Amino acid sequence: MPRFIEHLLGPRVAADELHARPLRYIVPSFLLMAARVLLLLSVFLPYWHMELDAPQYPDGLFLTAYVNHLDGDVDEINALNHYIGMRPLEQAAAFERAASVWLMVAMVLLMEGAALVHSRWAVLLALPAVGFPIGFLADLQWWMAHFGQNLDPSAPLSSSIKPFTPTVLGEGGIGQFKTYAELGTGYWLSVAASLLTVIGFYFHRAAYKPLYDRMIARGEV
Amino acid sequence: MLMVLCAGTALEMTTQEAAAQQEGRRRRRSAAEEAKPVELTSEQVAQLTKIANERKLNVDDLLAAAKTYTPSGRHDEYVLFSSGGQSGQVYAIGVPSMRLLRSIAVFTPESWQGYGFAGDNDPVLKQLEINGRPVLWGDTHHPGLSETNGEYDGEYLFIGDKANARLAVIDLRDWETKQIVKNPLTVSDHGASFVTPNTEYVIEGGQYATVLGYGYAPIEEYKQSYRGMVTFWKFDRSKGRVDVANSFALELPPYWQDLADAGKFASDGFVFVNSFNAEMAAGGVERGEPPFEAGASKRDMDYLHIIDWRKAEAAFKAGKAKTINGFAVLTIDTCVAEGILHFAPEPKSPHGVDVTPDGKFMVVAGKLDPHVTVYSIEKIKDAIANRKYSTRDEYGVPVLDFDAVKEAQVELGLGPLHTQFDDKGYAYTSLFLDSAVARWTLGGDYDKLNPEPAWKLVTKTPVQYNIGHLAAAEGDTASPDGRYLISMSKWSVDRFLPTGPLLPQNFQLLDISSPGTAMPVLYDLPIGVGEPHYCQMIKADKLRTWSVYPEVGWNPHTQSPDPNAPRKGQEGVIREGSHVLVKMTAIRSHFNPEHVEVNEGDTVTWRIVSLETTKDATHGFCIGGYNINLSLEPGEYTEFTFKADRPGTYPFYCTEFCSALHLEMMGYLHVKPKGTPTADAAK
Repeated sequence: MPRFIEHLLGPRVAADELHARPLRYIVPSFLLMAARVLLLLSVFLPYWHMELDAPQYPDGLFLTAYVNHLDGDVDEINALNHYIGMRPLEQAAAFERAASVWLMVAMVLLMEGAALVHSRWAVLLALPAVGFPIGFLADLQWWMAHFGQNLDPSAPLSSSIKPFTPTVLGEGGIGQFKTYAELGTGYWLSVAASLLTVIGFYFHRAAYKPLYDRMIARGEV
Repeated sequence: MLMVLCAGTALEMTTQEAAAQQEGRRRRRSAAEEAKPVELTSEQVAQLTKIANERKLNVDDLLAAAKTYTPSGRHDEYVLFSSGGQSGQVYAIGVPSMRLLRSIAVFTPESWQGYGFAGDNDPVLKQLEINGRPVLWGDTHHPGLSETNGEYDGEYLFIGDKANARLAVIDLRDWETKQIVKNPLTVSDHGASFVTPNTEYVIEGGQYATVLGYGYAPIEEYKQSYRGMVTFWKFDRSKGRVDVANSFALELPPYWQDLADAGKFASDGFVFVNSFNAEMAAGGVERGEPPFEAGASKRDMDYLHIIDWRKAEAAFKAGKAKTINGFAVLTIDTCVAEGILHFAPEPKSPHGVDVTPDGKFMVVAGKLDPHVTVYSIEKIKDAIANRKYSTRDEYGVPVLDFDAVKEAQVELGLGPLHTQFDDKGYAYTSLFLDSAVARWTLGGDYDKLNPEPAWKLVTKTPVQYNIGHLAAAEGDTASPDGRYLISMSKWSVDRFLPTGPLLPQNFQLLDISSPGTAMPVLYDLPIGVGEPHYCQMIKADKLRTWSVYPEVGWNPHTQSPDPNAPRKGQEGVIREGSHVLVKMTAIRSHFNPEHVEVNEGDTVTWRIVSLETTKDATHGFCIGGYNINLSLEPGEYTEFTFKADRPGTYPFYCTEFCSALHLEMMGYLHVKPKGTPTADAAK
């Protein structure tokens, strides 16, 4: 095996060492495994909800975002949005939604790799998963602002509703609507996965850094 | 394994999440609707007293108001489905608020619902033709809710047209008429519609005898040639349609069959039909004969028809029916030979026959006799089994001995017509001449449910005026609710502001929740749209009404998505010779296409679909001058055809105020005069 790969993968744990201190090596593996499971689960769960309340909608309108699709009263919200010149919601984040599942799988595979790499490079592999929740929110905010700020100036209600940025979290309002937006279970799972990964790497470092340092000291790499 | 576990958990969590979202919705609503317990301060009492005195209301009035007033957004507990009489429609009214919810178009074209205004050859109008002639009205009489085990199931509503002997089927998912069948035997009827306990059959009792099948015979041959009938329309619940091929009728003597009721439990398998004019009077006041009203009321007794419908069904299936005007009929002789038909004497020119909730008793109201006569099914079965006949009528039908089948007679007052029931062992009978509702006690197992002795008049509440039918909450089912009763008062005389010489009827709400003599009138609802006959009151939560059609492109006639419905992006105008096909979509606030060019003389087939999926986002579609108006409820698809025979420029527009840009929701139909030089208009 070329040196740099051995360097990259870091030391393997000898069987007697594993027997002597099993928890030390199982804990980081378990935490990173749990993070992967949570991340996969989150694909099936809503990341973000918005409720829109107006007098003529006593039951409210609901919009739910999953990583790969939109659900809820999308048609009705689009029907209303066309009066203010907003583009149909399907046109927002089309690439992100199409790529999301592959992206998630890729992140999980990278983390799988991270669990096997016992050097500092493992952190790099796990970075996407750690940063994913923030990335999701930032992307959502960008699209909302982009859609809200780029209304068709010749829309029927253009003199009543000026370009605006919808509120991504918490209470907002547009026209006769009050909006309430909050994060969904899926999002919180991705946050949990992110935290578990960070914690997992604390133990990962605690377990493998001594082995790694020893390997360097012995000049094995 | 792990993945399966994950997927399972995820699925479960998703469902929970969706449920939680719904829950949030409901929580918000109920919080808004939650009423705090009322505690009136002395100031509020003074305010209330002042208003009551200013408006001349007494304490009973205040209580009645409190029992009926339904604040905005609060829903009624019951829905009353009422016949609309000569309007040919059905009306739905909320109880206890007594607010009109909507009309349902049935036998009369109705423009708001776009019923009968879908171009030339509208299937609605086709269905309303009788012997090639459009008959565009009906005299709706008796609504019949579909039943399962003798209970309203909220799925279908049937209604009869007395004037033309027709029966309509209304689907209560979308409250639209789905089918109208014409009875080929008789010109008019009366006793439609009543259902058997599981809606196997819808019963249509005849009335004025004729020569069955639109035949002719001089009135002198009344006894020989004129006949009565009762028809059993087979209902196919899976299709939501009457199955005409598996329906049949019984030929009956030319007494005037009247109302009907189906037995249940102890009397399951029987249908009871009463009759008048057992005298077989043929009228002729102009020739010095007694008029019908006298001739048909001479005798003290008429005949309660006791029909074993399971035996009738078996005889029909065994091929024992003959065919009249294409319809299967079991003759009187067959009915007698097969033991299908028995009579029991009933006094005198009676009106309603109503089966008690347990099926053990049949209550016949006297009309011209001050009693209700109660028959026992046990005694009837015994009399049939042991041939306890007093005689046979002129047509050979065995007449059971009156005393052998009678359980009780209760004197109520003048003009008893119809009877309904409650949950406390009381029966309620309308008294036309007394203008009152009588409450009286049933016997048998019902005796223990109230303090009064069995078969006794308890109280009468005056109603205003001339009550016909009455309806208690689920009062003709296996388990009546009590609580509310509607008096369908025929005359209102002085109850409302003057409305010219034609006065509304008066639907009065009575509170029947307390036992004993308290049975106050709570509310008067003027009905200024026709003279309704019967109504039924169903618990509102039994109805599983759609708020929008299940899918965009829904065809309400087939209750399924229509393959011809244009989808978004398929809009256009296609010409084939002199035939033009328009594929149109409608969504707030535009039609697509907005211009349709045709040539004078073209036949235009117009397919239009509402792309809306939101509750109450209904569009209309009209073409002025071409007698076209549709109601496009969310998701609904309609097709119509017409001949563009009058050239010109015709705006079409949305006729239901749909949105802020409703007025802009329009387009033009350009019918180019013959000889216009432009090339083909097809796009």
